[in-house]
This record gives sequence, C-alpha cells and structure tokens, in this order.
Amino acid sequence: MNRRSELMLRRRIVDLMFKGFCITVTVLALVALAAILWTLLARGVGGLDLDVFVRATPAPNSHGGLANAIIGSVVMCLIGMLIATVVGVLAGTWLAEYGQGSPYGSVVRFLNDVLLSAPSILVGLFVYEVLVAPFHGFSAVAGGCALAMIAAPVITRTTEDVLRLQPSMLRESGTALGAPMALVIREVLWRSARGGIVTGGLLAFARISGETAPLLFTSLSNQFFELNPLKPMANLPVVIFQYALSPYDDWRRLAWVGALLIAATVLGVTIVARIIAREQHRP
Amino acid sequence: MSVEILDAPEVQVLELPPDETRIQVKNLNFFYGTKQALFDVSLAFRRQSVTALIGPSGCGKSTLLRTLNRMYSLYPHQRAEGQVLLDGEDVLARGVDLAALRARVGMVFQKPTPFPMSIFDNVAYGVRLYEKLSRHDLAARVEESLRRAALWDEVKDKLKDSGHGLSGGQQQRLCVARAIAVRPEVLLLDEPASALDPISTARLEETISDLKSDYTVIVVTHNLGQAARLSDHTGFMYLGQLVEYGETDQVFTSPATTRARDYITGRFG
Repeated sequence: MNRRSELMLRRRIVDLMFKGFCITVTVLALVALAAILWTLLARGVGGLDLDVFVRATPAPNSHGGLANAIIGSVVMCLIGMLIATVVGVLAGTWLAEYGQGSPYGSVVRFLNDVLLSAPSILVGLFVYEVLVAPFHGFSAVAGGCALAMIAAPVITRTTEDVLRLQPSMLRESGTALGAPMALVIREVLWRSARGGIVTGGLLAFARISGETAPLLFTSLSNQFFELNPLKPMANLPVVIFQYALSPYDDWRRLAWVGALLIAATVLGVTIVARIIAREQHRP
Repeated sequence: MSVEILDAPEVQVLELPPDETRIQVKNLNFFYGTKQALFDVSLAFRRQSVTALIGPSGCGKSTLLRTLNRMYSLYPHQRAEGQVLLDGEDVLARGVDLAALRARVGMVFQKPTPFPMSIFDNVAYGVRLYEKLSRHDLAARVEESLRRAALWDEVKDKLKDSGHGLSGGQQQRLCVARAIAVRPEVLLLDEPASALDPISTARLEETISDLKSDYTVIVVTHNLGQAARLSDHTGFMYLGQLVEYGETDQVFTSPATTRARDYITGRFG
C-alpha cells in the first residue's frame, strides 16, 4: 500500500510539473502576442483617420494616407490568391487522389515542401528575373505572381492533407454508385473537405498579406495612385518598410497605422478561418 | 474433446443451376501486390436471395465482395484473375464499362458514408448520374427508395436537411436507399451493421430481408447470428479459400467440413 501511495504522489508531482510547464509556455506566447497587439494599437490607433483610407501616401512632412497602398495590397493579394488557389487546389487534389504512390508525385510533394519553406526574398528575386527584368518594369502583376508562389505551396499542402483525411470509404461509395473519379472528387470530396480547403486558403492569405521581401523586387512601390496592374503599385508592407525607417514623423506614424491594418486583417482572417473549421466539424 | 469426422471433406461447394444464377465466380485469384488473398474461388450467387459470406478476419470475404463490382480497380496494385460472370458477362474482362457495372452492382460499406449534401440529394445522386428524370419522377424515386430502406417515415419532413444530421443507423439506411435508388441488380453489403447499435441493426436487417424480393443481395458479416437470420445461402471462407458453401440452414446445423463446423460452433475465429 505504501509503495502505491508513493507512486501516486510521484505521478501527481510529475503531472503538476507538466501542467505548469504547459501553462507557462502558453502564457508566454499569449503575453508576447498581447504585447505586439498592444504596441500596434497604442501607436497605430492615434493615426487612424478617414484620410488613411482616402488619401495617397504623402510627401515628407505633409498630410496624407495609405489609400494607394491599401488598394495595391488588395489588388496584389487578389492576383496572388487567384493564381495560388487554382494551382494549389488542383495540385493538392492531384497529389492526394492520383499521384499518391507515384515517384513523380513524391518529387512534386518534396519540391512543394521545399517551396513551402523557401525564403520569400528568393521568390522575389526569381520573379524579378522572370517577369520584371525581361519586361523592363516593376508591376503589380509581378508582385501578385510572387505572392502566388508563396501562397500556392501552402494551399497545395493543406488541400492534400484535408483530402487525405477524407475516409476512403467516402471515395469508394461515390465510385460504387458509378460516378467517375473526377466527379466524385468535385462533388463529394471537395465538398466534404471544403472547410479545410477554405481554411488553408485563408491561412495562405494571412501569410502573404504581410510579405515585404518578394514585393520589393517585383512591384516596388509607388507614391501615387496606380490602378494599372502592369505598373508599379504601392502596397502596405513595402510602404511600412520604407516609412518605418524614414526620419519623418508623419511617415513613421503612417507605418504604425499600416502595421495595425495588416495585423487586424490577419487576425480577422484567422478568426474567420477558425470559425469555418469549427463549423465543419459540427455534424 | 472434439471428435474428428474422418470422412469430412476439405471443401464443399454447392452448385446452382445456371438459370438461377445471377453471378458466377470461376477460379478467382486475387492479389494485393504480390500477396495473394484469394485462392481459386468458385461459387454462384443466386438471384433474388440473400447470400452471406462469413469467416474470420482477413479470410478474403471483403476482397471477394470488392471484385464483384471491381472496387479494387481504384487501387493500382490490386488485381484479380479468373472470371466473374454477371448474367454471363465477365466483369473482370478488359474494356468493361466500370461505371455501368457499378450501376448494376450497388454497394454499401462498413461505416455509413452519407455525402455532404441533403438527404434528398444523397438519394438522388446516383439517379442523376444515369437518368434524366423530371422533378416529379425524381422525387417519386427518392421516396420509393427511402421507403424500401425503411427510412421514409423518419426523414420525410426533413429531406432538405444534411445527411450528416441523421443517427448512425439512419445514415446507413440512407446509404442503402442511395444504392437501391439507381435500381441495381445486385446489392453488396460489406459488414453493414458493424458500426450500429442492436436496434439499428435489427431495422437494417429487416430492410435487407425485404430487399431480396427484387435484388441479389450479398452480405459480408462477422455476426454469425445475422448470417443465419438473413441469408438463404452461406459461404464460409478461410485463408483466402472458399471452404464451404451451401444452404444456410445446412451450413449452420450440419456443416460438411471440419473448419466450418469449428468456426460456427465457436471453436476458433
């Protein structure tokens, strides 16, 4: 009996230590997150006014906003997400449903994983070589392509993962009714995995919405309003980068506002992704 | 102690007259890659009756079932040799239209697999693949199928709700309704009740018994009681071979082979 109670005591202590460790680490992460959000709020909210959304980036020491950068970011993220979603969902579907056992599939999966962790500045340089240098001009399209190259591997990976999570019996029961595989994939598997695929897309969007490095080499930036996607366009990350390092108070104030806007967008998108993922698990 | 029946045959397989046969399996061998899972299996499945396949896990029951609608063709390393004649036509032959075959040979799986769509669309899914029915006719077909599957009364007021909202037993009967909605000739059931509670199982069994007036039903089951209750014929498989096949009453009361007797009396398995 005595030995048993000793054992129980030891287990309780180990259990407490482990719990304590987990809680401490969680609190640390949350404190860091709260500190970041708090700094952004404290420094960004003050500069937030209507002008931020309607006026273009100003010359030093004059009043302006971020409208051109916001629009540029939206345009480039849209271009990027459009390309990345089409490529990523199709590639992920192919990997999960057709290329699973094939050597070519393994190569594609491996390269995708490499791309997933490739430094984004390399992606920027690559797109510079392919789409900027030959045409002698920075452009929003090039920027969007660079963002697509960062988002596509994320979407490919999540699509493959969620499709693999679908029970093979679901696949088989579609086939057992005489539906061709392509139809089973589109009408049954995609629908069943919709929540996961959408979550993957939103996470990819969150990832690219703050990317600076790939845009420096592709879209550059632009002090003025520009809606032609074949011309350089302003965008939030690059504007933040330039303004934060500038000696002008106005610019630095706008950089904080821009950072707050990106953080708020990413937070919002992540929350939406979580809600969708949870809806999916509800029977 | 068991008394060994000295003159018990190794294998005992009932033969059916051709005009009563829906599916004739001849010398079927099946391979998962290099591993052989079925050895020279030959048997005939009778029209408008329920045939049960029993045997210990891994004996090849499900494998046999999955050759009948070529489900294994989804997987590149699986192959079958021999003949499976559905109304005289070899379904293992090259160039067989698999979609058309599967429309004739329906299947229900171990776990309920409702599609992520409404109850109505679940049942209508297979029908829409083959037939262009008017809305009215389609609705009638869906109702008829749900009635046959003994689910209509429980779902008639919520046909637009998701199939995932039903209980496990209801979902499985939904899958039966979905399979019979395309009016197949043969219905394959792979341990259809293994994920269900006793009450749902009983309801599903009623449904299956009722179906045999129109279909050739083949059911793989681990539940010997279920096989005895449901089926007209029973096949006992062991290590990839069909050891005994005959009238269910006979297989359960006086099995001809020692292996079948040992399994049925609970001596092994």
